[in-house]
Amino acid sequence: MHLKRKRKLQQLLLLTVGSGLIIGLILYALSENINLFFSPSEIASRKAYPAQRIKVGGMVREGSLERADDSLQVSFMITDYQHDLVVYYDGILPDLFREGQGIVAQGQLQADGAFVADQVLAKHDENYMPPEVSDAIEQASAAANATVEQTDL
Amino acid sequence: MIPELGHLALILALCLAIALAVVPLFGNATSQLRLQVAAHPLALGQGCMLLLAYAALTVSFIMDDFSVVYVVANSNSALPLPYKFSAVWGSHEGSLLLWVVILSLWTIAVSLLGKRLPLLMQARVLAVMGMISSGFLAFTLLTSNPFKRYLPDAAIEGADLNPLLQDFGLMIHPPMLYMGYVGFSVAFAFAIAALMDGKVDAAWARWVRPWTAMAWGFLTLGIALGSWWAYYELGWGGWWFWDPVENASLMPWLSGTALLHSLAVSEQRRLFKSWTLLLAILTFSLSLLGTFLVRSGVLTSVHAFATDPERGYFMLLLLVLCVGGSLVLYALRASTVRSRAVFNLLSRETCLLANNILLMVALAIVFLGTLYPLFLDVLGGERISVGAPYFNFLFVPIMALLLLLLGIGINVRWRAMPSQRLMHLLRQPLLWALGAGFAWPWVYAGAFNASVALAGALLVWLLATSVADLWQRVQQQNNAESAWWKLGASYYGMLLAHIGIGFTALGIAMVSHYSVEVSLRMAPNDKVNVGGYQFIFDGVKSIDGPNYSSIQAQVQVLKNGSVQQILQPEKRHYNAGQQVMTEVAIDAGLWRDLYVAMGEPLAQDSWALRIHYKPFVRWIWLGALLMAFGAGLAAWGKRHRFIPLPVAQTRHKGINS
Amino acid sequence: MNQDTTVATNWSGWRWRLLLLLPMVLAFGMGALLWKSIGTDPNRLESNLIGKPIPELLGPSLLDQQRLLQRSDLSGQPALLNVWATWCTSCAIEHPYLIQIAKLEQVRIIGINYHDKRPQAIDWLNRLGNPYAFTVFDQQGDLGIELGVTGAPETYLVDAAGIIRARHVGILNERTWPQLRQKYQQLIADVDSQ
Repeated sequence: MHLKRKRKLQQLLLLTVGSGLIIGLILYALSENINLFFSPSEIASRKAYPAQRIKVGGMVREGSLERADDSLQVSFMITDYQHDLVVYYDGILPDLFREGQGIVAQGQLQADGAFVADQVLAKHDENYMPPEVSDAIEQASAAANATVEQTDL
Repeated sequence: MIPELGHLALILALCLAIALAVVPLFGNATSQLRLQVAAHPLALGQGCMLLLAYAALTVSFIMDDFSVVYVVANSNSALPLPYKFSAVWGSHEGSLLLWVVILSLWTIAVSLLGKRLPLLMQARVLAVMGMISSGFLAFTLLTSNPFKRYLPDAAIEGADLNPLLQDFGLMIHPPMLYMGYVGFSVAFAFAIAALMDGKVDAAWARWVRPWTAMAWGFLTLGIALGSWWAYYELGWGGWWFWDPVENASLMPWLSGTALLHSLAVSEQRRLFKSWTLLLAILTFSLSLLGTFLVRSGVLTSVHAFATDPERGYFMLLLLVLCVGGSLVLYALRASTVRSRAVFNLLSRETCLLANNILLMVALAIVFLGTLYPLFLDVLGGERISVGAPYFNFLFVPIMALLLLLLGIGINVRWRAMPSQRLMHLLRQPLLWALGAGFAWPWVYAGAFNASVALAGALLVWLLATSVADLWQRVQQQNNAESAWWKLGASYYGMLLAHIGIGFTALGIAMVSHYSVEVSLRMAPNDKVNVGGYQFIFDGVKSIDGPNYSSIQAQVQVLKNGSVQQILQPEKRHYNAGQQVMTEVAIDAGLWRDLYVAMGEPLAQDSWALRIHYKPFVRWIWLGALLMAFGAGLAAWGKRHRFIPLPVAQTRHKGINS
Repeated sequence: MNQDTTVATNWSGWRWRLLLLLPMVLAFGMGALLWKSIGTDPNRLESNLIGKPIPELLGPSLLDQQRLLQRSDLSGQPALLNVWATWCTSCAIEHPYLIQIAKLEQVRIIGINYHDKRPQAIDWLNRLGNPYAFTVFDQQGDLGIELGVTGAPETYLVDAAGIIRARHVGILNERTWPQLRQKYQQLIADVDSQ
């Protein structure tokens, strides 16, 4: 009897410690790798801190794409129709990258307000901007209109 | 005319499916033999109708019938003929039809091969498959009819198949994947039948195993094909992105692997019975969940199909009915299924239990990472995404543990094993593994690398422990000659599948740590060294294809000064949709791939080029091929599963026994 | 050496049964979450667009380079403004349906060719048919920005005075058209009654 209970206790202990360990590791890994998304307006209102690795998205402004002469460095502007954000990227842009279409870029915000991307994503099989971007644009324009209406009064 | 016939065939198939779902069960309840055996012709009839419907859709594609909405959306008169065949499953409606057709084929297979099962069970299993079929056919007819037409004016031309899909990989990837997903419905149906029956015996487990192995094999192939296709088609050189759609196929695979191993225990030792039932339900549920996630628009992913909320609701309803219904049945009936046996701490049962635990943890990790953003969004939180490092950080160690355990599990006996005996068996493999593992990174790259050493060690561990066990078993037989044969295809299949995953693991480690990637701007005659090879860019030329025009780069590949190859990546402009596609040029080899892709055109004839050196990348898919082959072999080896008809049955049938 | 472990659960009946209920509860919970996550309404209109008129100046005509299209070209009739482009595969899917409703239901559709190239766009209309009364060539997307276009295809419903009444994001087909058709016919009736 005593042995049986001891065994059960051992099993329970193992189970608890094991699950605790696994859950702890999962939460740790999750918290380290969650990428928050910001729109140019949110960045303009200082919601992202320079050190974080974040995602930004918006419509690429027509005529804003500039390439360096001797390397793969590019810069372009994304907008949510209320604010613009300059994005720098060193690398090959995806095929579906096009001025006038929505993209999502992952990277870091610099102290001077520009965004350095290490990844630029454009979705294939969709002609819309990513849902995050369209949501953000709507929120931004709603916010802008709210302020306009207030000044009208 | 033909689309209408196809539509009619679909409707008839639905009627037959409903009949299949209802009639045999009614026959069971009222003990009417005629109704019970009606399951077989009903299954056959449903299959024929669906094949007819599928043929009708295919013919519409081949004949460029642009009065059919689906054909307009996915084809074009200039589309090469082979792609007109595969365009049938190019988007939602057609791929759903393929899904249902494959389900009907599995149903017919069960019907044909299951004549030796107890009649009650035959009726139940086929009825459950009929229920699933009814649900999906209703879904198809009500929300996703592929035979809708533009009338009276047909369209003049089609929108063309998405260029990404105009490719060999696409032609076989979805069918293989669906064979796997849908194949797990067989285990599911058997589990439901067992719950209805109230018992799970060794015969049940023995019967389900080959079906599960086949489905698992197909799913492995499907996932591997998807990975290979993404590698050469998407132009980034990656082979797995932890994309939600990819994860949606990985989850049933993890669960299916656990199911395979749990079934082994249920058959051999009559243990883990209710757990096996739950796994069977879980695996198929994950297949359905995957289907839902990809088509309902709830996931933002580079792969997702075009979204439609109405379809999402319907499919979710289907999911809730199927999964919820089976789990209710499980909650009510599983307590009648009890396992009672004793085993040692050092035994195969323990190893397989640990195997299941590890696989479930891996499943939970992938599940959480995939669905957490979704749930957070719904609960009003931020829009987030979970990066690949999360998955890699957690998934890789679990898999490594699993492989370590594998070697032990192969050699340990059922019920109990003296630890000295086990140590003795494992000592040599361990030494080989440690030695080879440590040596390998030095041999290959001249420096130590922990992950690569581990992967190398694990592969050798797997090989050595398999050989050790094989040798052991052969020695135990009296006649050494026929001993090899006596072990059976199932045993060899298992060994091959296990070794396969070792190859995949090594391939992954090698390509993750030793690949070299360079993105750079190149003007004609520019040279660059990558991975011990020299690449010279020789400019571009224009060529025209059947439905595209392309710019093709000429890249010379040299090793030690002599020209090995000329690689010709392309940038294609497809006429119909104005889409631009990158065609990668790959010099494939067993030990390394050379991979060149074009970026954008830059000033003065310069181009952005992406050049990769990828060692051992083919091992990833070759390992998967081995796994699938091993599974097939194992299933084939169990084909002589004779279950004698119970005496009561034979009397009922009027056969003099 | 032998440590026998009985793994068959000796749990009392109710605890076992409770555990068996767990998968079902979890599944239904997940189902509820997934239910909520479906279907952001694509017809949700930005609050700042309701009742606002389309710009005075629309842009150059696609087919007639010399002609500059204006709001007054609506000629006092309600219309659909359909945003499309040759690079948009969904637009190709939508296109035959637009031809159908333009022909069979006499729906007045005005095209906005968005971020496109003139020769390709003209070729497209020649090859696949032209359902539009006229088409604005919005190469830079200026008109798009004014309307709040986020992609293609999108369709705006405008009344006889050029005021935006509804917006549909996505393909128009027999499932999505009826709702918009109702509004369109209401606007026509309003004009007729004046």
